Amino acid sequence: MNFEDLKKFFFKKPKNALEGTDESSSAQKPAEAAIPDKLAEKCEKCGKIILSDEMRDNFGVCPKCGHYKKLSARDRIAMCTDSFEELFQDESGKNILDFPGYAEKLEDLRAKTGEQDGAVCGAAVIGGVKCAVFSMDYRFMMGSMGHTVGEKITKAFEYATENGLPVVGFVLSGGARMQEGIVSLMQMAKTSAAVAKHSEAGLLYISVLTDPTTGGVSASFAFESDIIMAERGALIGFAGPRVIEQTIRQKLPEGFQRAEFLQKKGFVDLIVERKEMKEKLAALLKIHCTEADA
Amino acid sequence: MNAYEIVLKSREKGRPTAAKYIEKMVEGFIELHGDRRFSDDAAIIGGVGYIVGKPVTVIGIEKGEDTNSKIEHNFGCAHPEGYRKAVRLMKEAEKFHRPVLCLVDTSGAYCGIGAEERGQSEAIATAILDMIRLKTPTLSVIIGEGGSGGALGLSAADEVWITETSTYSVISPEGCASILWKDSGKVAQASECLKLTAQDLLELKAVERVVEEQGFSDAFFEGLKESIAAFFEGQKAIPADTLVEKRYARFRKF
Repeated sequence: MNFEDLKKFFFKKPKNALEGTDESSSAQKPAEAAIPDKLAEKCEKCGKIILSDEMRDNFGVCPKCGHYKKLSARDRIAMCTDSFEELFQDESGKNILDFPGYAEKLEDLRAKTGEQDGAVCGAAVIGGVKCAVFSMDYRFMMGSMGHTVGEKITKAFEYATENGLPVVGFVLSGGARMQEGIVSLMQMAKTSAAVAKHSEAGLLYISVLTDPTTGGVSASFAFESDIIMAERGALIGFAGPRVIEQTIRQKLPEGFQRAEFLQKKGFVDLIVERKEMKEKLAALLKIHCTEADA
Repeated sequence: MNAYEIVLKSREKGRPTAAKYIEKMVEGFIELHGDRRFSDDAAIIGGVGYIVGKPVTVIGIEKGEDTNSKIEHNFGCAHPEGYRKAVRLMKEAEKFHRPVLCLVDTSGAYCGIGAEERGQSEAIATAILDMIRLKTPTLSVIIGEGGSGGALGLSAADEVWITETSTYSVISPEGCASILWKDSGKVAQASECLKLTAQDLLELKAVERVVEEQGFSDAFFEGLKESIAAFFEGQKAIPADTLVEKRYARFRKF
């Protein structure tokens, strides 16, 4: 390996997390970098080089600075469930509005990520409790919600309602997917309606807000749960921080819109460390599945 | 008119705002204030009155007419307390089996420090959730700008109507052009791509009816008032649970 290759690998320009651009192309490009995939990686926060094995064993948390690396939808599910059986995997979308460049973008991301869109759903067991699960993927346009994401999440709630199961939702999204216009906005209403039915059936829904949870997704199913869990340090808000700064023309205070800030303001039930997430979910599921008057 | 011309028209100065619609269509309107939690958000006005002799609850996003009233109403950009007030009034209407009319005209929910601190996301999410399962007839009419989640918060209704030069969109064309193409000059192109005009929305089934504006004449308000009254009359015959089921189906189709 020569120095130029190393430079390419280690000194990449950081991308703004909320742009919704495909990080998959910047995070791992083994061909270009000539470092075998997954041998070592650079922490996006402190810049230190970490062995990938070490990073994985530490739940994707940088052992040097404690930064939480974003997890793919499947990695999150693997980390938080005992077992998982995927559902609705054939659900796939198209360029509904003939939005310029969108069809190509979808095709490109499908090839790169191996996912049809930005959400993975299924039936899972967490701490021995059966539940329906959905998990959103940052690699797919930062988990933005278009028809496919909305449809899969709606189906997950409908499946849970039919089968009398709780729902655990791992939320990660920059918001609505603007390339799908009004259809994308309608996903907020559609998913909300499914949440309402599930709730009226007396079933538990826990949303787990991860970095980032903003825009249309935060203004719908993310905040419609019985219990709102947030991962430490996650950015959570309606408008993204850049938009707010541009609107009010002032710098935002340190920690603004972070999970800890939201908890202090009364909008988050509990903040969890990533390594204890599964255990906390299991405990909450268990207490809700135990009849109080039995 | 092309899409961008309609976008400009939907924001045009002098266009009637929610207060004008209420003045022209609602008899004996009594405004009710406050969310009973934090404050009274003047960006959303609400209250009770009669439409063609029948009691209704009316909730409107008000942009204001002149500069002073625009500032007072925060240019129709509501804070969380605005959505919480709306939900409170909707539930009051539900209790007394009164239909709810929402008049939607906003560039979007306000984004700022206070709005975030007081849970803008949670407020809108709750408004959608509560409105979609409200056990009383609901109708939303988009009378200018239907800006994203801020508009949807008052549009999870039995039907959504739109006046012919209004828009309803997931993002402003300006925002779309700058985020997607990093070029604020492409606003006209973004306006086309987003399919945000009344006709586009009708084709996409995001709205049930396009209302002709007739230059916002008295005849326009009279006609709209009669249509709203007739619509509510029809909805009242439907049992509450069926109403909620039909509303579910309306949004499920997307």
